[in-house]
Amino acid sequence: MDFFAVVVIQVVYAIATLALISIGLAIIYGMMRVINFAHGEFLMLGGYATVIPTHAGINLWFSMLVIAPVTIGLFGVVVERLIVRRLYGRVIETMLATWGLSLLIIGLVSWIIGYYQEGAAPPLGSILIGSYHVSTYTFFVILATSVIVVGVYVFFKFTPHGLIAQGTMQNDRMAAALGVNVHKVYAVTFGLGAALSGLAGAILAPMFGVMPIIGITYITKAFIVVVSGGSLVIGGTASASVLFGTISQIVTFATTPIVGEVALLVAAVLLLRLLPQGITGRFFRRGL
Amino acid sequence: MSLDVTRRSVLRIGTGAIAAVASLGPRLGLAESGDKIRIGTIQDLSSFLQPFGTQKKRCLDLAVDEINASGGLLGRQVELITYDSQSNDQLYAQFATQLALRDKVAVVHGGLQSSAREVIRPIFHRTNTLFFYNTPYEGGVCDRNCFCTGTTPGQLLENLLPYMIKKYGKTIYVLAADYNFGQLSEKWTRKIASENGAKVVASEFFPLDVAQFGPTISKIQAAKPAFIINTFVGPAHASFYGQWSAAGMKNEIPIASQTFGEGGEILRMPPEVAEGITVCYNYLDEIDTASNKVFLQRMRTKFGSDFGYIGDLGVNEYQGLLLWAEAVKKAGTLDREAVIKALESGISIVGPSGDVSLDPVTHHCIFNMYLAVAGKDRKFIIQEKFEKVRPTNPNGVCDLIKRPETNVQFQPEAL
Repeated sequence: MDFFAVVVIQVVYAIATLALISIGLAIIYGMMRVINFAHGEFLMLGGYATVIPTHAGINLWFSMLVIAPVTIGLFGVVVERLIVRRLYGRVIETMLATWGLSLLIIGLVSWIIGYYQEGAAPPLGSILIGSYHVSTYTFFVILATSVIVVGVYVFFKFTPHGLIAQGTMQNDRMAAALGVNVHKVYAVTFGLGAALSGLAGAILAPMFGVMPIIGITYITKAFIVVVSGGSLVIGGTASASVLFGTISQIVTFATTPIVGEVALLVAAVLLLRLLPQGITGRFFRRGL
Repeated sequence: MSLDVTRRSVLRIGTGAIAAVASLGPRLGLAESGDKIRIGTIQDLSSFLQPFGTQKKRCLDLAVDEINASGGLLGRQVELITYDSQSNDQLYAQFATQLALRDKVAVVHGGLQSSAREVIRPIFHRTNTLFFYNTPYEGGVCDRNCFCTGTTPGQLLENLLPYMIKKYGKTIYVLAADYNFGQLSEKWTRKIASENGAKVVASEFFPLDVAQFGPTISKIQAAKPAFIINTFVGPAHASFYGQWSAAGMKNEIPIASQTFGEGGEILRMPPEVAEGITVCYNYLDEIDTASNKVFLQRMRTKFGSDFGYIGDLGVNEYQGLLLWAEAVKKAGTLDREAVIKALESGISIVGPSGDVSLDPVTHHCIFNMYLAVAGKDRKFIIQEKFEKVRPTNPNGVCDLIKRPETNVQFQPEAL
């Protein structure tokens, strides 16, 4: 019975992790149609933006929940201004440019910070479920992801900024004709996606560690979730995370991690074959 | 045909001339540096293996500097030709061919992952280019053209496992990276465990990009082993330690690792995560000998005081190059046959890890092994030292003196 509880917790945690690493990309790719190959590096920078202030004496939670998203969000705005703005609509060029940006960021971080920056230990200790130890931080990640997802939904659905952003993404010329500063909306939305990616990297830093190259650990799964999810930010990310998180963890529990990875990838391939527009290309269409 | 000097014709002829000269370039280069001895290296200096490749390259640079500072080799300066394989096995193949056929180097020192080594070893064997693989690996390579100066399971596991079995118990849970190094190491673990009266209760293999260890951590708790031994490689696998300590398991089940610390993990992971992990290597930065102090000082001088953690991935390259240089001095020539005979005549040096000598029969190293436990303040604490540890060669199956035509990698089943 307690093993069953542990399985359920691990599945929910895997779903939350997938959703957390993907939500920033879902905004940038799903809403703005920008293929951001530097997404993993935003997560990596979020991790560093947490551990470096923490080792300088600032409280871990403040570094994680305030410093990281704000700095990476601002960094995102700068990236949007300098690189992405010139390439809207040009898919191949955006891919190349963000790929180059990814290599540049990794190189700069390796050079300036190096490989030996000490990380942060996972806080909050552990609890016993039956005879199984489970990390309490797992529950924090699940809680944080839920708050973030709800927050993004509320932002886009119920705030003026969010509604204007949605409108601009759907029809930028009409929005411009109605007096919206389209460039500012793009910059802020990209910055929001970057900030959420930084926050995700910050929250996961105690569990995954920080290294200049940790971005590659995240990026494949993030793209699989976002592309399979389809064009809706919340609906797509949530449905794809639930599907892949459940499949990969249940199969891993039942067999081995190798088969679990294979199952996730096979599921992604099958899904895209059956639903090329992603899950929300077909289901949950009216929503966010 | 009239020879109008138009802009078009000048451009055409000019481009052709430049292309012709450029194609001669490499050959011109060879002639000009004809006075220097060329050594080749292929290292992963970018992408996910970058931290390891960078330290190996630094150690090679230091060794080359030292050789040149003391007068060079055979009266000539030594030059290192470096290729960045970008953590990509295909590039290894490409650069190996280039080093052998175009650059025509005297020897190649390099390679990190076992998969990369098995790509380039046949290339060097075919082209008769002397090859040194200076990285700890799963053992078994038996190839006259290849010298492996890194630790083998017989040296690492045969000292680490009995220590863990005696200290903690007889049931072992194996976590391994899912490629040849992890798989073969797991077979060695089973073999050595049964020789010591212990049992592997379960083995799990992980693709290199798996970073979620929740199910595994739960399964380990269900199996209740006496200790865990892991062969984790890469950034994704490194997440295991954070997740394990987050689950509060650090003080419940001890961990031994074949790879922890090789990439500077002792500096990168908070002590709450790393403390207690047991390892066994030929070299640790914390070794307290005169020769190591001198080595570390030279590294500090050349690379600054924040050169990070070197570990035996880096020092094996340093020791490997010095062994080769010693053999060249003994042979008096760069000729491959003569150098191999010199290497097989019993070469030894004093490296940062202590005495290092080449075993003529297996082309591997006999050297010290240090068993250590990760401590509280980002340092390893050395527990035991084993001297003159011989490389893995059960039943003498690899004998390059008696059977020099052998060209294979032995696997534990064959023994």
